Amino acid sequence: MLVLARKLDQRIMIGDNVEISVVEIKGDTVKLGIAAPRSVKVYRYEVYEAIQAENIEASRTPAGDLPDLGDLLPPDSGAKGS
Amino acid sequence: MTIDSKAFGRISIEDKQLIRFPVGIFGFEDLRNFALLDAQQAPFYWLQSLKDAQIAFVLINPYVFRSDYVLDIPEDDVRAIGSPEADDLLVFSIVTIPQDRRLMTANLQGPIIINRKERLGRQSISLSQKWNTRHVILEELQRGA
Repeated sequence: MLVLARKLDQRIMIGDNVEISVVEIKGDTVKLGIAAPRSVKVYRYEVYEAIQAENIEASRTPAGDLPDLGDLLPPDSGAKGS
Repeated sequence: MTIDSKAFGRISIEDKQLIRFPVGIFGFEDLRNFALLDAQQAPFYWLQSLKDAQIAFVLINPYVFRSDYVLDIPEDDVRAIGSPEADDLLVFSIVTIPQDRRLMTANLQGPIIINRKERLGRQSISLSQKWNTRHVILEELQRGA
């Protein structure tokens, strides 16, 4: 991992078209500005972690009867599938 | 072909049930080949890993219990599975089933998208703050009813 120290208003260029700037520093919070094309996805890391953790948890589902959603389901919930 | 599945043991499946995930899914990036199976109970499905029979994910169509669900994901993700037409785009949420099965949850924040025609899939991340990784299915179904 590349570690760079930046002061307020300083910037970083990543690749040809991603720019990160330090917009504000307040107490223990750094506000970052990210300029990137729409095609570049930007997510808070916790979101990645949460999805990864949830996938791992979900993979532990034992085989066995799945709950019967029965009458709670709207009609035509066979929906798109196989 | 014949595969080993967590839910059904050894079963026979059709080619059209084979889905390739070029980059796997988060936390399982090395799993690239899956079979999409109907579960014994509608409206669930199983996404069964072909590499490891013990790894399989229960899926549900999110629209079944959240008719207001909106798939708000980066265009790039749709492009990565071959830009399917609306009719060929399947959307699923991975279901987590705890000890008390009635408390099962669906991950609406990280939807599984599949191009039914090209048989390509991936996991995307919603751009909307409205969805999280643990929507309690029974609760939300009842709320909607």
